[in-house]
Amino acid sequence: MSLKDLLGGPDFRYNFAFLDEGAKREVRRALLKAVALPGHQVPFASPELPIARGWGTGGLQVTMSLIGPDDVLKIIDQGCDGSVNAVNLRKLLVATTGVRTTFDSREATLMQSRHRLPEIPMTEGQIAVLQVPLPEPLRLVEPSEVETRRMHAEGDYARMWVSLYEDVVQNGSVSLSWGYPCRVNDTYIMSPSPIPRWDLHMLHDSEHLTLLGAGREKRVYAVPPHTSVRPLEFDDIPFTVENFSGMACARCGSTDTFLDEIYDEKTGQPSRVCSDSGYCDLVTQGMIRARQAARA
Amino acid sequence: MGYVAVQGGITAIENSQKLNRYLRLRGTSSPLSVAQIMEQMGPLVDRVMSEGGLYSPFHAALALKQASGDPLEASFLVRAFRSTLRRMTDSLPVRTDQMRILRRISSAFKTIPGGQLLGSTSDYEQRILDFSLAEETEDVQEEAVREFEESARSPTQDAAPLAPQDFVKVVDILRAQGLVAPPPATEQRPAMDITQESVEFPLGRSGRLQMLARAETGGVLALAYSSMRGYGSVHPTIGELRVGRVQVRIPHPFRAGETVTLGSIVVTEVEIVASVQRPEGEEKPTFSLGYGACFGHNEVKAISMAVLDRAMKSPSPHAPAEDQEFVLLHTDGIESSGFCSHFKLPHYVTFQADLDRLRDIRRNDE
Repeated sequence: MSLKDLLGGPDFRYNFAFLDEGAKREVRRALLKAVALPGHQVPFASPELPIARGWGTGGLQVTMSLIGPDDVLKIIDQGCDGSVNAVNLRKLLVATTGVRTTFDSREATLMQSRHRLPEIPMTEGQIAVLQVPLPEPLRLVEPSEVETRRMHAEGDYARMWVSLYEDVVQNGSVSLSWGYPCRVNDTYIMSPSPIPRWDLHMLHDSEHLTLLGAGREKRVYAVPPHTSVRPLEFDDIPFTVENFSGMACARCGSTDTFLDEIYDEKTGQPSRVCSDSGYCDLVTQGMIRARQAARA
Repeated sequence: MGYVAVQGGITAIENSQKLNRYLRLRGTSSPLSVAQIMEQMGPLVDRVMSEGGLYSPFHAALALKQASGDPLEASFLVRAFRSTLRRMTDSLPVRTDQMRILRRISSAFKTIPGGQLLGSTSDYEQRILDFSLAEETEDVQEEAVREFEESARSPTQDAAPLAPQDFVKVVDILRAQGLVAPPPATEQRPAMDITQESVEFPLGRSGRLQMLARAETGGVLALAYSSMRGYGSVHPTIGELRVGRVQVRIPHPFRAGETVTLGSIVVTEVEIVASVQRPEGEEKPTFSLGYGACFGHNEVKAISMAVLDRAMKSPSPHAPAEDQEFVLLHTDGIESSGFCSHFKLPHYVTFQADLDRLRDIRRNDE
């Protein structure tokens, strides 16, 4: 059974990019507001899609509302084009749009991702769409939506700072690992989606536009190009990224990429490979040179 | 990890879908027909229509077949299908006081205007497994249907007369005596549409009831039960529970003032009478009310809705079931099951980041 059959058989009844034009317009209106207010979470209707809630429906609606026939699409999950959910989302978008897809992040006009940004910084004209499970960074300290919206409106972030302070006191450093809270445009605190701390610098003063969509929580928000995105940190306890010093990708030899720890299926031996499969492929194919750590 | 999985992922998904189909069909019984599900699994079909938010027994039954009977999955299929349908117009408010009654009971008064009608219910069945059903044949089926229809027509039978189509609601009797509070003026706003507008809190009553109407039966039951049992204080008396057919009408597209009836749907409606309250600005105490209504015949859901509707109106909320956000954001089956399932997706990157933090913190301890 092909996806085309599932979507209505030979008399294909769905609109380009699945959503009807009215629904797309509603998402785009919310996105315009989001771009105008960097880091501010804008509510939208978020109708159900044929993909489960929590599986990228927010990012998918953003992509569907923006994609045109000339776009070149890249979809990754955990940095990988071949991850099952990325495959599934790509299949749906290709079946409903027929657009060209790529694994090379440099070629993409639209790049939808879960949990990663490509290692090669994106450039002007490219759009990164990030899937967001929990858009509210203050959820860490406050469960109520009414209350967190008030806190954002009043810039009342004291409890967030206190929680980071307590974390440092208890653990010796901030234990937040991914989705690290950032101050955007010196105004709102924003969740960058569950990307690792490694990727945060690529949101700051970027060339590209980043749009973030949370389908289940019905929120979109944005980081426009050349906007400051600064992780919350104390003057005397600086923000740090994941430590891969002394490690290299077993496949392409890069020593300055986010590395996945893997265990050999037969021997159980650990090794490391690039989480960004598109980048790693380009290096192994000799298209680009392996990045070597200056940070290490 | 990638590379090999780039191809492997695609093949694995396709094979998994083939396996689903195979597992559904490999047995020796003949394929289940959609008509069988529609006709013989009424409560399940009703539940999927209600949680899917689309009144269509055919689509609900088809979804149940496709989902091999999983109501969460079937409701999700219906909801996703529904969001592709064009919304043509808003119907007029449904007149439940003109319901064609299939069942109607009141726990408040022994006799009520229009009478009580037990109708179809499993409430008074002894829950003993009926092994004869395992051998049910078409002859048995025909015989049972013929026998019931004959006895229902028999003039000697002490059958209840058909309930009138227009009757006073039990709550209206209390209302006429001023014993229940009138709805607050703030709730008189035009109805919102949760499928078209983003939900923000505090949410108006129409939005709250819409979210409850699509909520998962087990979810609303659990939270309503918490309120009935002790985390809260809603001890409901069912003023009236009714199940029946109501007409769906729209304004005539061309002739002003006239209406067009599109058809009828079966709904369950419950009004509960709860604790005494002293509304602000009112001198005399009144009963408080809770309201629940959902597609199809689903009494547990409608009662739970009514309890939660009442609980969320609590003047001083302290229990979970009295908190709008807590109730409404955690009872949608499509959203909660989707998020629960997403934890099966790869989390390699976030887990790697977690490992990095843990190793770092352990170093700090040394």
